[in-house]
Amino acid sequence: MSEATTDAKIRLDRLNVHFGANHAVKEVTMAMASNSVTAIIGPSGCGKSTVLRSINRMHDLTPGARVNGSVLLDGEDIYRKECDPVTMRRRVGMVFQKPNPFPAMSIYDNVIAGYRLNGRGRRSEMDALVEQCLQRVSLWDEVKERLHVNAMQLSGGQQQRLCIARTIAVMPEVILMDEPCSALDPISTLKVEELIDELKEKYTIVIVTHNMQQAARVSDTTAFFYLGELIEMGDTKKIFTNPEKRQTEDYITGRFG
Amino acid sequence: MISYRLRRKLLNLLMTLGMLTATLLVLTPLGLIFFHILKMGFSSINLDFFTQIPKPPGEAGGGMANGIVGSGLLIATASLIGLPLGIFGAVYLSEYGSSRFSSLIRFSADVLSGIPSIITGMVVYGLLVVPMKGFSALAGALALALIMLPIVLRTTEEQLKMVPMTLREASLALGVPLWRTTLKVTLKSALKGIITGVLLAVARVAGETAPLLFTALGNMFWSHKLNEPIAALPLQIFNFAISPYDDWHRLAWGGALVLVTLMFTLSLLARWFGRTR
Repeated sequence: MSEATTDAKIRLDRLNVHFGANHAVKEVTMAMASNSVTAIIGPSGCGKSTVLRSINRMHDLTPGARVNGSVLLDGEDIYRKECDPVTMRRRVGMVFQKPNPFPAMSIYDNVIAGYRLNGRGRRSEMDALVEQCLQRVSLWDEVKERLHVNAMQLSGGQQQRLCIARTIAVMPEVILMDEPCSALDPISTLKVEELIDELKEKYTIVIVTHNMQQAARVSDTTAFFYLGELIEMGDTKKIFTNPEKRQTEDYITGRFG
Repeated sequence: MISYRLRRKLLNLLMTLGMLTATLLVLTPLGLIFFHILKMGFSSINLDFFTQIPKPPGEAGGGMANGIVGSGLLIATASLIGLPLGIFGAVYLSEYGSSRFSSLIRFSADVLSGIPSIITGMVVYGLLVVPMKGFSALAGALALALIMLPIVLRTTEEQLKMVPMTLREASLALGVPLWRTTLKVTLKSALKGIITGVLLAVARVAGETAPLLFTALGNMFWSHKLNEPIAALPLQIFNFAISPYDDWHRLAWGGALVLVTLMFTLSLLARWFGRTR
């Protein structure tokens, strides 16, 4: 654990999230190393998505949500007063459970949507970026002939890869993934998993998943949550073969959850 | 067994016939209105109707060009006032507002849309006509805008609420500020529905007569100034229909036909925009 904390990209310190009277996340302290994949697993309602969404302040928009404690990104608390959530979110991208390309935009415009905001947008640069991002998610060959058709015409798996391309087009440092494969078929899932493995060279990835095989396949570190608490966190291989806590073992062996 | 089958088929036939009758009954008034207006008004429709102003009583011919242009100007001005207020108000309600204040606004809008339009006209009379010391197109437009406002507000809000939260989140997660997310993602996704709502609101006020009685007043001549009384198609229909002159009655029928056709077109357009992809 001490090694992980020294070069931690993200560190949660006594994080608590309340939704009204519901105490959804309790006193969570954990760290995610840079250029690694951290998987968050646990049964439904255990607070794993809530933890993930607090790493880029997605709860700001939820009425009645309160976040206490701190989330350090490169050692700086993103919940401090001076922190601008908009610029912070450019460093911490997010991929959602259901593929959500912008329905009123073309494939091209979807990829470039976040990038356009920085004002610098020469056509040739944008073309290059779109190609590069779509190549990166291995969607380029499938869509290069029809970049300007509506993004909703793609299949679910293609849409999700498009969403990942859109996320990396703003060049974030961290990518948060909230069950990115739960709406996809096995082949698309495999593609996204391969992609995660490649992306970790450049990005720090935190992925929430219901699928334990997936967590075992893609992650370096796994954190197990139960009822809003972090039960156990450690090397993925160790968590899945020799967990320390009884609850973790019960969950990964399928005795509850 | 046979009798049961027969009974079932008979009952089915009976119910189908019953519902068919109900449908026809519902459609009858619409058909009656439309065909009657068509029959009475068609003969008055000619080029003069769209290019001439009304002739003095006793003289045949003339048209309602000033009423048509006046109505167009009133609706355009009313839209200029009512649409931004309604749409931005809806954006506030659905994207920014705190819940208690929002429900107050929503309730006010519902009450406003329930107010009889003649009352709206009277209020604008007190608000604008009296201080300006005269009837004016501006006052008429304001009265129409007040009628449009709650319709546009509520339909736009409904459309914005139908935009999935995940789209807003996707945009925000890209580091797009909330205002830009609202403009480029939320409003853009809801655009079709908003246009439908706007068209229906326009169609609604295009036929309003009562709120114009004490505001725009009507005008027998050309006018395009906002600070002077202006002609409007429904007002002209009203004034001519209650007049004792046959020539004017004919013009009124023609006006009714034009107005009904306009509203029919607007409703069709609204449906066309609102159709599912």
